[in-house]
Amino acid sequence: MFYREAGEFRTTYKEDSQTFPIRFDRWRYYFVLFVAICVIPFMVNDYWVNSIFLPFLIYAIAAIGLNILVGYCGQVSLGTGGFMAVGAYACYKLMTAFPDVSMFIHVILAGVITAGVGMLFGLPSLRIKGFYLAVATLAAQFFLVWLFNRVPWFYNYSASGQINAPERDTFGILITGPNTEAWATYLFCLIFTLASAIIARNLTRGSVGRKWMAIRDMDIAAEIIGVNPLTAKLSAFAVSSFFVGISGALFFSVYLGAVEVGEAFGINKSFLVLFMIIIGGLGSIFGSFAGAAFLVLLPVALKVVGVDWLGWPTDIVAHLQLVIVGALIIVFLIAEPHGIAQLWRVAKEKLRLWPFPH
Amino acid sequence: MSETFLYTVEVFLNGLMAGVLYALVALGFVLIYKASGIFNFAQGVMALFAAMTLVGFQNGQVPFAHLINATFGVHVSTFGWNLHSVVAVFLTVLVMIALAWAVQRFVFRHLVGQEPIILFMATIGLAYFLEGFADLMWGSEIKTLDLCWAVGACLPQGGNFWIEDMTAGLGGEGFYGFFIDSLDIVAAVVAMVLVAALVAFAQYTKQGRAMRAVADDHQAALSVGVSLNFIWILVWSLAGFVALVAGIMWGAKSGVQFSLSLIALKALPVLMLGGFTSIPGAIVGGLIIGVGEKLFEFLIGAPFLGGATENWFAYMLALLFLVFRPQGLFGEKIIERV
Repeated sequence: MFYREAGEFRTTYKEDSQTFPIRFDRWRYYFVLFVAICVIPFMVNDYWVNSIFLPFLIYAIAAIGLNILVGYCGQVSLGTGGFMAVGAYACYKLMTAFPDVSMFIHVILAGVITAGVGMLFGLPSLRIKGFYLAVATLAAQFFLVWLFNRVPWFYNYSASGQINAPERDTFGILITGPNTEAWATYLFCLIFTLASAIIARNLTRGSVGRKWMAIRDMDIAAEIIGVNPLTAKLSAFAVSSFFVGISGALFFSVYLGAVEVGEAFGINKSFLVLFMIIIGGLGSIFGSFAGAAFLVLLPVALKVVGVDWLGWPTDIVAHLQLVIVGALIIVFLIAEPHGIAQLWRVAKEKLRLWPFPH
Repeated sequence: MSETFLYTVEVFLNGLMAGVLYALVALGFVLIYKASGIFNFAQGVMALFAAMTLVGFQNGQVPFAHLINATFGVHVSTFGWNLHSVVAVFLTVLVMIALAWAVQRFVFRHLVGQEPIILFMATIGLAYFLEGFADLMWGSEIKTLDLCWAVGACLPQGGNFWIEDMTAGLGGEGFYGFFIDSLDIVAAVVAMVLVAALVAFAQYTKQGRAMRAVADDHQAALSVGVSLNFIWILVWSLAGFVALVAGIMWGAKSGVQFSLSLIALKALPVLMLGGFTSIPGAIVGGLIIGVGEKLFEFLIGAPFLGGATENWFAYMLALLFLVFRPQGLFGEKIIERV
């Protein structure tokens, strides 16, 4: 019914291999973009932006980054929180060192710095594999958090050990600090999210992405057919860390404003982003969005149902949330290892034929 | 003998004791990994769950009291009795066996044949589930764990005075003797007994032989009539028992609270160092990590790096080590074929 292809004739290879080959799908995508860029900024207030849109957009970037590493290249990483911290602290140092430079440049540079650090910690992946590597990335997590906690240079010798985002702008519009407008922060993050998604999508379907997937599916075979594991793995670590670093920079500067490293970028953050891509769908850009949306909305929904309707104390709801997330991980791994993205794909297949059976 | 040297010896001894405790947790990992190829990230949470259940039984807490009160508007908290420690330990072992059965029945039976990394992620999910479940069941406040098997015979607390008195004055007037936690000594003895018992079980009993057969080759074991399901439940039960022992030791040391589940994170570098498949590896790795991180903190971390290096030193050590020997000290050589 909706996704019918009748009457769509593609005459070039370019048309045939586009991301949204079905016309309805394409228009729906344009519609979502239109709503996100032209409608939502005029409607949002502080509450909506801070409790839903900003965390969703920022986690989506982190999830895309981790998905490139885990979903596309098969290198499991538990160091996401540490790399987000690198992005945040790099952004902070840049913001305080160069106050007049646009925030855009700061955030991108923070991503570049994180990419470098990510490659450094990605080096062991050439020797060790699977969960040996997963455990090894924990080294990055703990070491980086310790570093930002203990070396005063990183937090500019502030007495509390926290970092606070000073007021910075881009094109004269305030992006960070306490006096920002909701629409400005929203649009700023949205631009980064969209850019990350488009870059990631195009990287993963190009030759780089094919190399990553070859390494993921069977690294020795990939090496035999001419994929260089050194460049493939390190580029995956670099690109992944770049996105994760950007999300960390945004998380600190735009969303939270003040950060204490152990609290904001602890091991739980690593697991949260990993859960996003497991539930959303490994090896899928849409899955990163779906997983981020799901795990951002779940606590909000649970709070509304548990605390506001049923009148439970907040600690029960917090524990229940752990139980539900844990159970969901297991259920998804058993029933649908490709996550929400696969459910969506199946639904689309069904809708192509509906209401006819064949 | 100079004082610095004696302090270094003291740090070394304490590191050995801490290493034994790490090894105790690592042991649970090795058991499950050997028999089913599952890298059980939930081992630390299992220790927390076991310790909480033990305290809950001892104090006669009503399970899910908080939830029941919130839902039905009643005020139940305890049954009003205090169970004897031995009975409580016995009941906790039963609970851990039930947990092993449930995990096998509802999770891993459905994941047979999946990639190891998928199984690993499933155990992370299990860890989250179990953590929330334990908090819902027994409440999340910090509890003290006192284990007394007879009147006056409890797990010891505090430093050991005998050792302190014996070694006082070794380094002249200023040296007050070695401070070594009595609980750590008990833990070391218990760990040694546990390892001996596990090795004996694996070597000399029918079930133990079946366990080793499964570890060697699932399919071959299945074809000579070994029940995989039973062996896996057995192995998870054993891991649950090891978790209980680790939970008791750590719980008596620092209270039963959330941070107990983080000891799993301490055990991971131990495993990487020792190799995932080797029980001696877990012990030796635990000792190396325990001594290494205490000495590093004492000699380099605290004076030069601002302290608290214990969080990452073990990982860095393991990481460096892995680059040169990817399978760990005692691990089996990894051979890959296309």
